[in-house]
Amino acid sequence: MDTSMTMFADLPLLSLVIWMPVIGGIFVLFSGDQNPSGARKIALVFSILTFVLTIPLWTLFDSSTAAMQFVEKHVWIADFNINYALGVDGISMPLILLTSFTTILVIISAWEVIQYRASQYLAAFLIMEGAMIGSFAAMDSILFYIFFEAMLIPMFLIIGIWGGVNRIYATLKFFLYTFIGSVLMLVALIYMYNKSGSFAIIDLQNMQLSMNEQILIFLAFLGAFAVKVPMWPVHTWLPDAHVEAPTGGSVILAAIMLKIGGYGFLRFSLPITPDASQQLDWLIITMSLTAVVYIGFVALVQQDMKKLIAYSSIAHMGFVTLGFFIVYRIGTESQGAALALEGGMVQMVSHGFISGAMFLSVGVLYDRMHSRQIADYGGVVNTMPVFAAFMVFFAMANAGLPGTSGFVGEFMVILASFKANFWIAFLAATTLILGAAYTLWMVKRVVFGDIANDNVRALKDIGKREFLILALLAIAVLALGLYPDPLVNVMHPTISNLLQHISVSKL
Amino acid sequence: MTSFMQPNLLPALPEMVMLAMACLVLVVDLFLPQQKRGFTVLLSVLTLALVSWATLFTAPAAGAVITTFGGSFIVDSLAVTLKLAVYLVTFLVFVYSRDYLKDLDIYKGEYYVLGLFAVLGMMIMISAHSFLLLYLGLELLSLSLYAMIAFNRDSVSSSEAAMKYFVLGALASGLLLYGISIFYGISGTLDLTALSLVIKEQASTNPVMLAFALTFIVVGLSFKLGAVPFHMWLPDVYQGSPTSVTLFIGSAPKIAGFAMAIRLLIDGLAGLQIDWSMMLMMLAVASMALGNVVAIVQTNFKRMLAYSTISHVGFIMLGLLAATQTGLSSAMFYTLTYAITSSVAFGVLMLINCKGFNAQEIADLKGLNDTHPWYAALLAIALFSMAGVPPTVGFYAKLVVINAVIQVDMVWLGLVAVLLSVIGLYYYLRVVKVMYFDKPEDGQAITVKDALDVKILLSANSLSLILLGLFPSFLMAWCIAAFA
Repeated sequence: MDTSMTMFADLPLLSLVIWMPVIGGIFVLFSGDQNPSGARKIALVFSILTFVLTIPLWTLFDSSTAAMQFVEKHVWIADFNINYALGVDGISMPLILLTSFTTILVIISAWEVIQYRASQYLAAFLIMEGAMIGSFAAMDSILFYIFFEAMLIPMFLIIGIWGGVNRIYATLKFFLYTFIGSVLMLVALIYMYNKSGSFAIIDLQNMQLSMNEQILIFLAFLGAFAVKVPMWPVHTWLPDAHVEAPTGGSVILAAIMLKIGGYGFLRFSLPITPDASQQLDWLIITMSLTAVVYIGFVALVQQDMKKLIAYSSIAHMGFVTLGFFIVYRIGTESQGAALALEGGMVQMVSHGFISGAMFLSVGVLYDRMHSRQIADYGGVVNTMPVFAAFMVFFAMANAGLPGTSGFVGEFMVILASFKANFWIAFLAATTLILGAAYTLWMVKRVVFGDIANDNVRALKDIGKREFLILALLAIAVLALGLYPDPLVNVMHPTISNLLQHISVSKL
Repeated sequence: MTSFMQPNLLPALPEMVMLAMACLVLVVDLFLPQQKRGFTVLLSVLTLALVSWATLFTAPAAGAVITTFGGSFIVDSLAVTLKLAVYLVTFLVFVYSRDYLKDLDIYKGEYYVLGLFAVLGMMIMISAHSFLLLYLGLELLSLSLYAMIAFNRDSVSSSEAAMKYFVLGALASGLLLYGISIFYGISGTLDLTALSLVIKEQASTNPVMLAFALTFIVVGLSFKLGAVPFHMWLPDVYQGSPTSVTLFIGSAPKIAGFAMAIRLLIDGLAGLQIDWSMMLMMLAVASMALGNVVAIVQTNFKRMLAYSTISHVGFIMLGLLAATQTGLSSAMFYTLTYAITSSVAFGVLMLINCKGFNAQEIADLKGLNDTHPWYAALLAIALFSMAGVPPTVGFYAKLVVINAVIQVDMVWLGLVAVLLSVIGLYYYLRVVKVMYFDKPEDGQAITVKDALDVKILLSANSLSLILLGLFPSFLMAWCIAAFA
């Protein structure tokens, strides 16, 4: 521990980044609806403070070890051996940074757009940020579960209060879908607690489980995480939720919430039920490939921009789950397996930036035209050249253009898949065509061409606030695309350790 | 017992204080003019405080048990904890009710006196350790409740509810008595400890007779708790009663009913655990299923909460049927937290007036967040807690109960319970939706009876659901200690 660390070593850094936004949210809530500009400023300050506090997690992170870092542990509910235990490793730390970064953008993006009950809106996002960071940092499964569920309430309200026409259907569907998946996980967790006497994730990872138990537990976890990711065929809540959610809600949903599903697979499914994961990897691979191919085609025919991006999210997340579960076919000891897992992780982070950017771009258009229909647009480049440049750039990234972050993850997963099976890799690689087709076709219809109607003619280009958000995201997409090494290096020891763990049978 | 012995009266001090104070309140109230009715309320609250003190004063040391009146009256840590919870909930009821009663023009001292007598009945039930005393307490509670339900005598629905409760309650009491009489016939004793010894002897020789008697006891108990298929009185009574009485029925007597279940099933009939666990399992699944499903179609908020209560009773029974220390303490935890949670829901409902009338329908809450965001938030917390969404205490209550059934190798029952609770989530969310997502209709002016003391208490009540959800340890420790 060098001297620069000692300053932070005493601070309960993870607790701070979890509770800072929650406290900020409560402040914002009590600042009231009378003073929306004050509420905005408080929210921005707290979100930036939180982000600043997450930076030491990155700079002081020791990427030579797979052990949990910044560990905090306090007895919480002694009778059930539940601990308030926090810690990060190479797979959770990048996601925490992604969360705190994205929340700032969301707060800024709401600046002028949200006028109705702005304080409640911003407070919901801040509280949700705390819950999301908490679920990434939790080392106790009940703590994880509590954060995992608690983030549903603010999102439920965000979609329901500030959403579109069909918001109530969408938000109820969102809540019920996610909840039904996660209660199965709860039963599995309690079952394992009764066998192992502990709710600590590490103890669950190390306990012995028979094949039958593993399969049932695996399916319970699948229920929770497949809905969250979402994987085909339990994805249907996502297009509804995305379409109806306000821009900020869509961004958080796509950029962070979906990642918690992927994170859950890495933290729970693979290490706790390695043998069942191996036995049932065909199931996940099939579901993932269906997402990539079939949902890719579904995205192609969408008329609604948000729906199109929602479906493209499902297809991209299919890559993540494919990367995570193809490892058994490659051989968990080999280099390719690490490539697959790291590819999945890079894809998660990259998708966080790109999908966030895409939803923000659509939000920019929606704020001006109040339409998400592709048919209502055309020739936007003529009136909004700066915006058009950004949108085309993000669309390219979404399609997986080399040099952008979208390419790195997909390429790594495809490359790894080749080591497993040619046809799996072949089907996965169709995304490069399909992704390009649906994204660029949308961009062509919306951005390029002649000015379609008077509404488009009257459009004003993006202001400083919108420019700032999109520029930050563009930098992130480029940086990760050109030089992904820092991210990969951070997660490498954790991934190797995970692979070692899952190559040992629990039977 | 051959010779008469002066029983030790001290353990029954809380009951005696309560009786004396209830009579005192009754008399004092007679001499008060209507505008000084607040004094009755104050006196009633003071009574609760005094009785709390008496309960704590006579509480045995941790783990110790005091019995008196020839073993028919028991004071243990279970009794102390449950009694204190009853006082607390009754205190909330008394405070929340005031403005509501004024509104309905039934702000009378008798309401509080009846409430106090009902508390006395519950105290006796909680401390009863013989069939006779248990029945006595139960009847005192029921009679007080019948009168309270009919308190708004000009209301047809209240009278109907009271009538229904009376007839079905009498039926349930009859069934319970029938079971008691058969057990008396078998064992020759009304004392629960003596009975448990007889059952241990006869469990193998006389199983049919014992199971026959047990069935009546369980049916009587289910009636009182409101478990399916003995729940029919509950929705009508919840809907028909004045909301303040619904609040009372929905909270404190559940705690007493839990005590009754413990005294009967655990203290007295532990030897028949295999039989009653089976019965409770069927009752629990039926209650959770029917309660949750039927609640979906309700439009009346009180009726919806009635069905929700039925499903929560199913959850409590899950803990009971596990019959382990974990199971019983988790059922107790569930009962206590449910009582606190439902206090918030009915408490908020009582304060809300819609178009000049007291809110009854779910639709009456439309756009509550627009007009009264604070009250909407308080109610939303209670609803999320009932649905079992973290970080509210309802989640933790469900967690411990499910843990209890999984611990006794009934994973499927845990699965059924969580899946049915997802159905339950839907109708709670629907109310949140009405409050938060819907706009108030034209001419639907929502007003809230905004009294500062009620507001503070209600806020503390509601926020305690989150606090207890974050820090459940101490309450859980009490519940575990009660069954040590």
